Amino acid sequence: MSKLLIVSPSPHVHSDDSTQKIMYRVVLAMIPALAWSVFVFGLDALRVTIIAVLACLAFEFLIQKYLIKVKPTVTDGSALITGILLAFNVPSNIPWWIIVIGSLAAIGIGKLSFGGLGHNIFNPALVGRVFMLISFPVQMTSWPVNRQSGIDAVTSATPLGIIKEGISNGTPISEISQSLPSTFELFWGGIGGSLGEISAVLLVIGGLYMLYKKVITWHIPVSILATVGVIAGIFWMVNPAIYINPLYHILTGGLMLGAIFMATDMVSSPMNPKGQVIYGVGIGVITISIRLFGAYPEGISFAILIMNAVTPLINYYVKPVRFGGK
Amino acid sequence: MLKTFKLGGVHPPENKLSADKEIQVLPLPKSVFIPVAQHIGAPATPTVKRGDEVKVGQVIAKSSSFVSTNIHSSVSGKVKKVDFSEDSSGYPKQGVFIDVAGDEWIDEIDRSEELAREFDIDGAEIIKKIQEAGIVGLGGATFPTHVKLVPPKGMKAEVLLINGVECEPYLTSDHRLMLEKADEILVGIQLLMKALNVEKAVIGIENNKPNAIQLLSEKTKNYKGILVQPLKVKYPQGGEKQLIKAVTGKEVPSGGLPIAVGAVVSNVGTAFAVYEAVQKNKPLFERVVTITGKGVSQPSNFKVRIGTSTSELVESAGGLPESTGKVISGGPMMGRAIASLEVPVTKGTSGILIMKEEESKRKDYIACIRCSRCVSVCPMGLEPYLLMTLSQKQIFDRAENDRVMDCIECGSCSYTCPSDRPLLDYIRFGKGKVGQIIRSKKK
Repeated sequence: MSKLLIVSPSPHVHSDDSTQKIMYRVVLAMIPALAWSVFVFGLDALRVTIIAVLACLAFEFLIQKYLIKVKPTVTDGSALITGILLAFNVPSNIPWWIIVIGSLAAIGIGKLSFGGLGHNIFNPALVGRVFMLISFPVQMTSWPVNRQSGIDAVTSATPLGIIKEGISNGTPISEISQSLPSTFELFWGGIGGSLGEISAVLLVIGGLYMLYKKVITWHIPVSILATVGVIAGIFWMVNPAIYINPLYHILTGGLMLGAIFMATDMVSSPMNPKGQVIYGVGIGVITISIRLFGAYPEGISFAILIMNAVTPLINYYVKPVRFGGK
Repeated sequence: MLKTFKLGGVHPPENKLSADKEIQVLPLPKSVFIPVAQHIGAPATPTVKRGDEVKVGQVIAKSSSFVSTNIHSSVSGKVKKVDFSEDSSGYPKQGVFIDVAGDEWIDEIDRSEELAREFDIDGAEIIKKIQEAGIVGLGGATFPTHVKLVPPKGMKAEVLLINGVECEPYLTSDHRLMLEKADEILVGIQLLMKALNVEKAVIGIENNKPNAIQLLSEKTKNYKGILVQPLKVKYPQGGEKQLIKAVTGKEVPSGGLPIAVGAVVSNVGTAFAVYEAVQKNKPLFERVVTITGKGVSQPSNFKVRIGTSTSELVESAGGLPESTGKVISGGPMMGRAIASLEVPVTKGTSGILIMKEEESKRKDYIACIRCSRCVSVCPMGLEPYLLMTLSQKQIFDRAENDRVMDCIECGSCSYTCPSDRPLLDYIRFGKGKVGQIIRSKKK
C-alpha cells in the first residue's frame, strides 16, 4: 500500500471552539460598557482604553520576546482583555504614564512572572489596578463627572465615597442620600466613576451574553451579588440610620464589574461549581466588610485578589460531584 | 418522557451519513484472518492447523478459561496458516488464516430467514449456547456475554438494559439492525431475560433515531416485560454506567460492576446474536459494520464475515478516497486509528470511519486557561485537567485518590478542550501506571 495512514489515540474529533474564541467573546461582552463610557466621558475614555490595550500588548510581546525568550502569544486575546479591564478600573482623566505603569504591573508582575497565560494566580488587571491605587491614590480616586448627570463640576466623589465620608462625619443616611444619585441612575449609568463600572445594566447585558455563550457560569457572579445583598440587607434592617439599603450596595462601585468580569476570570477562579460558590461568597463577605468597616470606600478589588490566593486551596479540597458517590 | 444521564456529556456533530442505508451482505472475501483474541479475557487456543479443511461455523479456536470465548470460522476453505498479524490494536496477534473456497456451512445451523419466536429452554442451557456460540458484547467492549449472565454470588439482576443508544457519531450499525431485525432482537432480549431470570428489560434509544423508537415501541406490545425508553441525545450515553443512570437513575459505585445496582447491560447487536445462537444454532461469525466518512462515496452498512480485511470493506463502499488521512476502527470518539488496511473485522468492529486528511491532524496545544470545561463535561465527575498534570508529573498516588481509575476514556475532555490539550492521552498513561501499581500491591 502506497498511502501511509495517520495514527493517533482517540478522540479523533474536536469541538471547533478555541481559547482565542473564548477570549474574543469576553471582549465582545465588554463592548457595551466600553461604548457607554466613551459616550459619557468622551474621547478621554477611548484614549485611556487604547493606551491600556497597546501597553499591555506591547509589554507582553517585549517581555516574552526579549526577557524570557519564548514565542510571544499576544494574539491569544488575553492581553487585550487585561488592557480593557485595566482601563475599566481607572478614571478617564488619569495621566497616560500611570496607565502604562499599571499595564507593566499587570502583565509583567501579574501575569508573566507566574509563567504567562493560565499560570497566574491573581487576575492581572486587578494586580495592575491595585498597584496603581496604592502608588497613585490621588489620581486614581478623582473622578470626572458624568456628562449626562448635568452637574456642573470637574470632579466628583463616587457614591460609596460620599457615604463613607458622610458616615465617618456622623451624618445620618437620610441626609447623605440627598447628595447621592438615585438607584435608577446607578442602574443605567448616570453616575461618575471608573470607566467601566458606571452602568450596571450594560455590565449585566455583557454578563448574560457570556452566560449564553457558556464563557462563564452563574455561580460566581450570583453568589457574590447575593452575599453582598444579604449582608448589606441585614445591617440595613438593623439600623437604617447609618447603613444604606442593599440595592444601593449592589449597584454602586465596581461590584457589578468585579462580579461579572473580574472574579469570573477563568485562570484565577475555582474549577467546579461548589468551589466557585465558596469563592463567590468569600468575595462577597470581604467586599462588604471593607465597604462597611474598612478604610477604603470600595473593596471588591482586594476581595477578589484575596480569594484568588485561596483558589488553589479551594481546588485542592473541593472536588466536583463524582459519579457513583464518594 | 425523555431521559438522560446527569453529569457531564458533550454533543459532537452526529454525522449519521449511513442511517438510511439498508444492511447489505458483503461479498465473500478471498481470504480471512481470524484473530483468536477478539474479546476481553484470555485468548482462545487454536484447534486447527495448516492444511485443515474448515466449514462456516466450525470452531477453530477453543475458549481457554471462563473469561474467554470460542472462535468460529466465518468461511469455508483451507487453513493457510496459524500465525501472527496486526489487528486494530496495532500489535501482532495470533490468528487463523483461511483461503476461502465455496460457502459450506456446518449442518447444525438453521439458515432460514423465518422468525423463530417460540422457545422452550431453561436459563442454564441458554447461557451454555451463548458460551458455545462465542458471543461477546458487540457494542465494542467485547466482554464475553456468558460471563455477564452469571452474576457473582450474592448478587441478583433485577433489570436487563438493552443498549440501542449508538451515541458514537457516524455509526449506524445498531440503528439499522433495530429497524431491520426488530423481532429477532426482541426474541433475543427474551432469551437474555430468561437466562438472567429477570422480569423486566428496557431498551434505551436516543431520540435521533425516532423510527427505531417507534418501531420497537410498537413491537414491544407483543413482548411481555420489554419497554422502550427514548433518551435525549448526549454523548457518552452508550457508556454502560451512563445508560444505567439515564434509565434507572442509579449510579454504579466507583470500581463496581453494573450488577451492584441490579442491572445487566447488553447491546442490541448482542441480543440479535443471542437470538441467532439459540434459535438458529448459529455461532457468532458475522456482524453488521458501518463504513462511513465524509469522503466516502457510498457510506453503507454491511453484514460482514469476521476476519474480512478492512480493505475489502473499503472497496465495497467505493474505494479509499484520495483525501484519506486516517482510518478508524470504531467511532470518532473512542475508535482506534489503524495503521494498515489489512486489519481484519473482528467481533468488536462496529464501524470503519474514514477521515479526510484535514480532519485527521491534531492542532498544537496551548496553555490550559483553567476554563473548567473538561470538569463540567466529564461524565464521571473527574477533573481531567488535574489528572493530566498528575500523570505528566507522575504523581500517581494523588491521581489514584482523584479517581483516575474511574475514567471511562470517552474522550469528552479532549474533545471539548479549547486549548486542544491531549487530556485523555495523559490520563490513559496515568491510568495504566496506577493500574500497575494497584496490581503489584495486591500480589
